[in-house]
Amino acid sequence: MLDPPPPGPAETREIPLKLELRGITKRFGDLVANDHIDITVEPGEVHALLGENGAGKSTLMNQLYGLLQPDEGEIVVNDEPKVFRSPRDAIAAGIGMVHQHFMLVPVFTVAENIALGAEETRGGPLGWLDRRRARKDVIETSKKFGLPVDPDALIEDLPVGAQQRVEIVKALTRDVDLLILDEPTAVLTPQETDELLAVMRSLTEMGKSIVFITHKLREVKAIADRITVVRRGRIVGTASPDTSEDELAALMVGRAVSLEVEKGPADPGRAVLQVAGLVVDDDRGIRAVDGVDLEVRAGEVLGIAGVQGNGQTELVEAIMGLREVRAGTVGLDGEDLAGMSTKKILRSGVGYVPEDRSHDGVVKEFSVAENLILDMYDREPFGNAFRLDISKIAGNAQERVDQFDIRTQSAESAVGTLSGGNQQKVVIAREMSRPLRLFIASQPTRGVDVGSIEFIHKQIVHERDQGTAVLVVSSELDEVVGLADRIAVMYRGRILAVVSPDTPREEIGLLMAGITGGNEEKK
Amino acid sequence: MTAETATEKEPVEKETFLNVFLRNLWSSNSVTVTALSIVLAVIIGAVLIVVSDSAVLAKFSYFTARPGDALDASWTLISSAYADLVKGALGDPQAFSDWMSGAGTWQNAFAPLSETLTYAAPLVFTGLAVSLAFRGGLFNIGAQGQAVLGCVAAGVAGFTFGLPIVLNLIVALIAGALGGALWGFLPGLLKARTGAHEVITTIMLNYTAGLFLAWLVIQQGIQQPGRSDAISKVVAESAQLPSFGGVLRVHLGIVLAVLTTAGVAWLLNRSAFGFELRAVGSNPHAARTAGISVAKTYTLLMAIAGALAGLGGATQVLGTAYALTPSVAGNIGFDGLLVALLGRNRPWGTLLAALLFGALRAGGNRMQSFTGISLELVTVLQALIVIFIAAPALVKAIFRLRAARAAGLGVSPAKG
Repeated sequence: MLDPPPPGPAETREIPLKLELRGITKRFGDLVANDHIDITVEPGEVHALLGENGAGKSTLMNQLYGLLQPDEGEIVVNDEPKVFRSPRDAIAAGIGMVHQHFMLVPVFTVAENIALGAEETRGGPLGWLDRRRARKDVIETSKKFGLPVDPDALIEDLPVGAQQRVEIVKALTRDVDLLILDEPTAVLTPQETDELLAVMRSLTEMGKSIVFITHKLREVKAIADRITVVRRGRIVGTASPDTSEDELAALMVGRAVSLEVEKGPADPGRAVLQVAGLVVDDDRGIRAVDGVDLEVRAGEVLGIAGVQGNGQTELVEAIMGLREVRAGTVGLDGEDLAGMSTKKILRSGVGYVPEDRSHDGVVKEFSVAENLILDMYDREPFGNAFRLDISKIAGNAQERVDQFDIRTQSAESAVGTLSGGNQQKVVIAREMSRPLRLFIASQPTRGVDVGSIEFIHKQIVHERDQGTAVLVVSSELDEVVGLADRIAVMYRGRILAVVSPDTPREEIGLLMAGITGGNEEKK
Repeated sequence: MTAETATEKEPVEKETFLNVFLRNLWSSNSVTVTALSIVLAVIIGAVLIVVSDSAVLAKFSYFTARPGDALDASWTLISSAYADLVKGALGDPQAFSDWMSGAGTWQNAFAPLSETLTYAAPLVFTGLAVSLAFRGGLFNIGAQGQAVLGCVAAGVAGFTFGLPIVLNLIVALIAGALGGALWGFLPGLLKARTGAHEVITTIMLNYTAGLFLAWLVIQQGIQQPGRSDAISKVVAESAQLPSFGGVLRVHLGIVLAVLTTAGVAWLLNRSAFGFELRAVGSNPHAARTAGISVAKTYTLLMAIAGALAGLGGATQVLGTAYALTPSVAGNIGFDGLLVALLGRNRPWGTLLAALLFGALRAGGNRMQSFTGISLELVTVLQALIVIFIAAPALVKAIFRLRAARAAGLGVSPAKG
């Protein structure tokens, strides 16, 4: 959502915009989210802000965009100190932002969305909306910057990549010279990502500067002119794009990390999970999984690649008995799971890591110990149908905390006090701490720091090597390619193809966009 | 593909005002806040005592001339009022020394304490009914209706069956619990099956229960023979909760209340069902994902909460009233809400809060007859305590929602 610029015709600035952040400090209670941050963004450069989740990148950008006010330090635009009390001030100074979660009205057209917040009217402030003018503005801006958008299309009909383009056009019609892109590639296919990078390149050629927030090293290396690495609210270094990925990762995490998943060849056995003709609806009753067949064998990792929202969530929830199966079968070693309760499915040797950890994975008010038995509290040795065995539960917690390197003050601390990575380790430790036939992990490393990612990947490979069938769903293609022995690409509720992880990324990327071997399927 | 499915699911749930308020209510309510609220209520109560006494107030008309008069009179009034409150609740030192010197009886010395425990006993049960449900994420406003049904079932069982001693009492208590359980089970089932909000259904069932009781006590076979007013037959002596008799009205109900508190504490913290209900209360999504049936938990939880409130009603009939009247349950269900709030939804805290409410009520009786201050002051004190505990949460909820709206974009400052 962009606030309106000052009324009247948009003025054009002659001088390209140079931005300096000097000593920006922001505190939330005891937490120092930003600690004396100094950054200079030169005109026409792509400046990447690299850091893990929670490093303070978004907080910094929210101050730059007027959503938060710094406790200390100043924002200097073209050698002039500025105070931004709201996004309106930031836009007036030539700074625009595209948020990670798009701020578009799905049932409005592209032109309406772009005009929203800065509507031109005929006949005074209460007059008619000047839709023609809005359309014209959109067409002009989109031509000028080479960003094709259809002004009359409804947002809800557009693919994500196009929606993002609308957001960028919207910012550009406000005549900004510096664009903040907050994790812009999180929801894009590899092809859409490439397109976005090209757009960014051409914008900088026209003198615009871009602040690119991300934690993806590959993209940073591809596009950035300069890289600033943030860790725990501080700048820990600047780097040039030819720094190696390993070096950048080490800067981000603070120690050397291995980005490759180390694993030997798989030794697939019997088919453990057999899904045939599965049909599932989403919450709104719209078909989300539309006839999926897949098979996961013992001792192999099947990865499901795909842009988020193509039915992966519903597929996994249906397997787990959390969502109604409309048609088809879900077989676990030949036993039909469809219609079984989630408890029974878990009890028949299925481990499940849900994609949204804080929503479905943990009870934040519960202690680490309690969360570690969330789905085993009424089973020996932790208890029975009537009572819990507190000492066994505490003993189990101590064991898991050590084994899975869960960083917590004590096993009695509430899980909500742990970092995202450690919360995820609690979920993984819980699900792996019983004999499994099938292990399902949805987005196993989302919002998890790089150091923990390495550990979680190792655990998943270890589970595979013990002969468990593993199903990994991830919207991070790197993760799927790294972990999987076979990759199923999901698009619009169907499995388009099952490919080997050695398949070129471009090919998998095309499949994720719904394009199968020259036979293009239009969105 | 729409924006909704494409963008990442927002992890923060949309919260209603009620949710924010209630969560703040329980979380901001520390022991310190509770203690300070009581102190503040006592201070404001003192002001009200002075203001409501015309004789003392008259002395304030020449306050500038002789301030000592007004202050003296105020202090005397306030101190004697609160002294009577304490004496009426815990015991009069005079009565104790009379007993020691042989001039009085031990019964008289312990009578105030006995009154406190008598008033507290049913409140323990109804308080537990509310706090247990709340730990499972349900706001049980229906403790009143459940207690009324408990009264009805225990009362009718008490004068109908004519079973031998001990057995008759046990049957009557079980009947009371079942009556309340039925009245809790219904909204629980509706919530689990249809999602009907328990606040609405339990409030409606409160009326149903109250009107049913009023109708029932004038029916033939229930109404006391020879009486034209609304009162039922008297509960058989074998079904009454044993008490000391005479001025000591305190009965076995308070012992049952303490045992029940221990039972509820065990249920919450040590039982499999307690684990389920706490998980469902804190995060129903995660509970469901871990294989806990949320619907089953809601239904069972409301039935258990209802049974607790029903037992509260049963102790009222079998221990104090001995017969059904339309107002036999008094306000014990609604007071249970306040008791649960004051007790911070913990079983032992609820017990203490019920004792405090019982003490205020017992002391209020003496204050009314000795100092001439209306019993309503006690209600005001109770209300003030609750307001002081609730107000910070209310204020926070209002400002939190406004702040969230002002930020508009749903930006969470704590995030990366």
